[in-house]
Amino acid sequence: MVKKIFFQLIFFNLFFLKEVFAAESGGMPQLNPEFWISQIFWLTLTFGILYILLSKLILPKISANLELRKSQIQENIEAAEKQRESSEAKLKEYDDIISKSKLEANNIFKEARENVLKEINSKKETLDKQIDEEIKRVEQEINLLRKGASEKINKIAIETTSELLMKLIGTEVNNSSISAIVDDLSKRNGDKYYGN
Amino acid sequence: MAANPMTQFEVYRIGPEIKVGAFDISFTNASLFMVISSLAILIIFNLGSKKNSLLPNKIQLLAELSYTFVSKMISDTAGSKAKPYFSFIFSLFMFVLFCNMFGMIPYTFTVTSHIIVTFVLAAFIFISVTIIGFIKHGIGYLKLFVPSGVPIVLLPLIVVIEIISYLSRPISLSVRLFANMMAGHTMMKVFGGFVISLGVVGGWLPLSFSVALTGLEILVAFLQAYVFAILTCIYLNDALNLHH
Repeated sequence: MVKKIFFQLIFFNLFFLKEVFAAESGGMPQLNPEFWISQIFWLTLTFGILYILLSKLILPKISANLELRKSQIQENIEAAEKQRESSEAKLKEYDDIISKSKLEANNIFKEARENVLKEINSKKETLDKQIDEEIKRVEQEINLLRKGASEKINKIAIETTSELLMKLIGTEVNNSSISAIVDDLSKRNGDKYYGN
Repeated sequence: MAANPMTQFEVYRIGPEIKVGAFDISFTNASLFMVISSLAILIIFNLGSKKNSLLPNKIQLLAELSYTFVSKMISDTAGSKAKPYFSFIFSLFMFVLFCNMFGMIPYTFTVTSHIIVTFVLAAFIFISVTIIGFIKHGIGYLKLFVPSGVPIVLLPLIVVIEIISYLSRPISLSVRLFANMMAGHTMMKVFGGFVISLGVVGGWLPLSFSVALTGLEILVAFLQAYVFAILTCIYLNDALNLHH
């Protein structure tokens, strides 16, 4: 249906077109030389003025503008490059400072640790010495006391024995003979009595 | 509007008749649109070059993009030697482009749809290029017609063909632009006429064609201006860098 209408349209159009061209009498107005000279004259005039104004006034300005922009952009790029370089240098400097300070901090830490260790060691040594001395002294005292204790025990034993004997028997016994017996006993059983 | 699709190309006098000697140089509708196109170019590019900001505004961007576009086109096709002719090719490209584009506005006149206008431009380019060629290379410019590496038997034929092709340059250049413009505008007018004649019922199809054609014609308007300018560059390249 649509196609039919389309072809009908084309047919009618062609029919109409034929009429149109039949109605035309002068042919192409372009080939009518009546205004040729006028067109040539005005073309030369307008195009000439256009050319002169463009080439002398406007195009140099556009070219200068473009040049200027190009150089400005170039300058900006160079400036940016310079700034980038300087910022990179600063970054490097900053990194250096950081690594240096890290190293320094490490050193300080190490030194401090060594100092503290040294101090601790020295203190420990003196303390050890003191403790050793104390121990020695105390040991001597103990030894002394121990020696004293056996003698005292012997004495007590002799005295007690003599008193015991006196109460039991009623006569005084020679102290020297008792002490000889106690000594002998303590020598034999000293270990049992006093430990060690 | 008249139904005749060719009436849009008619030139008529605006204002009084001006005669210089035997020549009629009256101001016509063609002259009007030449003036309008030139003025539009001058205004746009003047505005675009007035202020130089690092970040260009729209009109400055337009002017600078056009400048770099044409400058790239010239350096690509004709090399760095063509730099002195930049202004001319730029003016030519812009003039043809603006004339074509103004022709796309309904009820306007298309300057470039007249063979005499395009022929004058093409002939001027042809003569200038030939003169430049002879100035740069002297009589050696004739070597353009003698391609290297061609068997001697074929040479007379080749030379004749080369000369004919060289001489037909202005004709091909002018007819290409003129015919494209005329054909496009005629076709649009014909389709526009169909819309009216077929009315509300059948007019939609030619109307849609008309819309599509308008887009196509705007493309053609740009393309033909570009082709005109680039062919000028190629001819200039032949004259500047003689290597055939």
